[in-house]
Amino acid sequence: MASMRFRIYRYNPETDTGPRMQDFVLEDVQPGMMLRDALLRLKEQDETLTFRHSCGEGVCGSDAMNINGTNGLACITPLAGLKEPVEIRPVPKLPVIRDLVVDMDEFYHHYRSVKPYLIVHDPEPEVEFLQSPQEREKLDGLYECILCGCCTTFCPSFWWNPGKFRGPAALLQACRFLVDSRDQATAERLEDLEGPYRLFRCHTIMNCVNVCPKGLNPTAAINTIKRLMVKDMI
Amino acid sequence: MNKPEYRRFDTLVIGAGGGGLRAALQLARAEANVAVVSKVFPTRSHTVAAQGGINAALGNVRPDNWHWHMYDTVKGSDYLGDQDAIEYMCRSAAHLVYELEHAGVPFSRLENGKIYQRPFGGQSMNFGGEQAARTCAAADRTGHAMLHTLYQQNIRAKTHFFDEYFAIDLLRDEEGFILGAVVLDIETGEPLVIEAKTTLIATGGAGQLFRTNTNAHINTGDGLAMALRAGLPLQDMEFFQFHPTGIAGKGMLITEGARGEGGYLVNKDGERFMERYAPHAKDLASRDVVSRAIATEVREGRGCGPNGDYVLLKLDHLGEEVLKKRLPGILDLIRTFLHIDPAKEPVPVFPTAHYTMGGIPTNRHGQVVAPVEQGEEVIPGLYAAGECACVSVHGANRLGGNSLLDIVVFGRAAGNHIIEYLRENRYHRPLPPDAVDRPLARLARWDRKGEGESVAGLRAELQATMEEYCGVFRTQSVLDEGVAKILELERRLDDVRLQDHSRIFNTARIEALELENLVALAVATVVSAQARTESRGAHSRIDYPERDDVHWLKHTLFFREDRRLEYKPVTLKPLSVESFPPKERVY
Repeated sequence: MASMRFRIYRYNPETDTGPRMQDFVLEDVQPGMMLRDALLRLKEQDETLTFRHSCGEGVCGSDAMNINGTNGLACITPLAGLKEPVEIRPVPKLPVIRDLVVDMDEFYHHYRSVKPYLIVHDPEPEVEFLQSPQEREKLDGLYECILCGCCTTFCPSFWWNPGKFRGPAALLQACRFLVDSRDQATAERLEDLEGPYRLFRCHTIMNCVNVCPKGLNPTAAINTIKRLMVKDMI
Repeated sequence: MNKPEYRRFDTLVIGAGGGGLRAALQLARAEANVAVVSKVFPTRSHTVAAQGGINAALGNVRPDNWHWHMYDTVKGSDYLGDQDAIEYMCRSAAHLVYELEHAGVPFSRLENGKIYQRPFGGQSMNFGGEQAARTCAAADRTGHAMLHTLYQQNIRAKTHFFDEYFAIDLLRDEEGFILGAVVLDIETGEPLVIEAKTTLIATGGAGQLFRTNTNAHINTGDGLAMALRAGLPLQDMEFFQFHPTGIAGKGMLITEGARGEGGYLVNKDGERFMERYAPHAKDLASRDVVSRAIATEVREGRGCGPNGDYVLLKLDHLGEEVLKKRLPGILDLIRTFLHIDPAKEPVPVFPTAHYTMGGIPTNRHGQVVAPVEQGEEVIPGLYAAGECACVSVHGANRLGGNSLLDIVVFGRAAGNHIIEYLRENRYHRPLPPDAVDRPLARLARWDRKGEGESVAGLRAELQATMEEYCGVFRTQSVLDEGVAKILELERRLDDVRLQDHSRIFNTARIEALELENLVALAVATVVSAQARTESRGAHSRIDYPERDDVHWLKHTLFFREDRRLEYKPVTLKPLSVESFPPKERVY
């Protein structure tokens, strides 16, 4: 690979009346480079190019973006295999602050609203709560979420019901606490998710599963919550 | 620039990693009015990347007690750690880990339901005996598990967050009280003055000083540089930890837990070379020891690969199942970045810049201290905790698993002391009208237009220079040259110009401010290193290969003004137990 072409969404509210796509060429592309490496070098060409990023290894969740039509993290997306020109846009549906930077307030609001913290009513023991390896295993696939927003912003139900449907990321968190053997707020958590929108707008389209950079399965988590609700009713 | 807005809080916490969040939680629970300022959304802080675990002598797997942990930490520090603070940390460890577990951290579990613990480097039973298993782990994502849990509990406690605000400088009055900080709202590009009765710096380390590092882009030591600009010294900056197992050439961290679970290092002859350097602890010797061993193997021509510039970490014998269960993140990372399967092939590794042992001098309550004619005094209203602080519990070399412990122990301790301070200092002190001038001038400097050097260019040069002149092995001539080069870069900083002068989410401007911080810290690091003519912990001098307790059993203090160095004694007296006097350090 010698050079690569990119088309990147640009919008600076101070100077632009609307968004536009800008073409870039990156020379001297090295094997093994990730998309974030490319963006950093493009930023050296044009320092106004704006995007969030930090850890560079897929654990901080800063650099979610829409890459050739699908959501992903720039830092763990290899350049090799990307169709050219690589088209990069902000993740869909959230307000754009500038270029690839979106306003994630609504995403965080849904996260906070599922009470994403362990609730225990009993007095705490002087040592750890006991939890068997089997009970702990139920948290695998749930606790690893990095809040990048890839799933929620790629979910059609979230696009169609903004403000009402909690979205896959928040529901994955809800499930993480519902299945934690230490948590004592099951009834209140389930009650909070009742109604036609918050949980039940999931139509198992499974975009969330396809785009999760950590390989998590929010659809399965949503189904787990639905099963717990049925069990709770009986 | 518009006239800045003013806000008032009891406490300003700068930084939302584990240290800042643990302190904020303590304060919010005590109903103090807390503002947490972070340049990234809290769960993006670098605590999230910590892998292996947190040390506490729970004794869940092998017999253990805090006193052995203390011994290991003092020895690991190459006797530069302050033994009062180390005793305090190791004694609190178990309680703090249980507290985290109660808060929801999804620790891995043993069959009996207790927290899983793994062996880590530098750990022993019985003061130097057999290998201990002291590191409590949530698979290899312990930092992620802790950071998210602490953030979640802060949501519950209704802590006030200023997400994506960058701290410019501290506010200080004539009597030396710290009164908050001027911060920049990254989204709007407008400055904000946060007045606070107490300020806690919890901004983490400065791994971006070096080209190849395990750190995130954000680890630019902003709080340390703020302290320097406020006229405060930085302590022990010459001690920078190189983690033995960064992915060769790229720098991503492979946890020490990989060796804790049974992985080991080999050279090009397939020799398990750590047996020569540390006959007893082998691959689980202290990090400084293992890093030097790898660098030596490579230097003496026993490195692997076409250029002989790395060694191999063998994990394949552990089996896919153990790797999946205990090291799932590492498995992913290696597959993503090296396209190899560690269950089948060994992994190329090389020492990589990892951790800032030095930092803002504090006592064990998190209060920032500075020297006066006789001893030292507390800087009223100012606290520091975590990697940006130097208590010092890590001395010349930090043990793996002690940094996650450090942040919660001293985050909490600082929170508790702040609560006391607030009880006795009920009212905001008046902010001198000109206090915000200097911070605003710092910001305005980047409005200068025209041609000049680029931020990215100067940063790359700085990182390459630090790597070459202040790396694993050092000598006088190399350090002298390094100091000259870093000072030249400091002069050139004035010629750097931004091309992007917009306000809204201007990341170029943030990177310029970060570069200023890095340059100030590079100077502190090389000047401190240049003066120390001994080898201790992470500071290895080829020309002075021995530790010299007669002349150098003391902490360095670097002041920005005239690049002055002072020294202060190491606290060898613990709180309640007998001192561990310096002795030869073998593993």
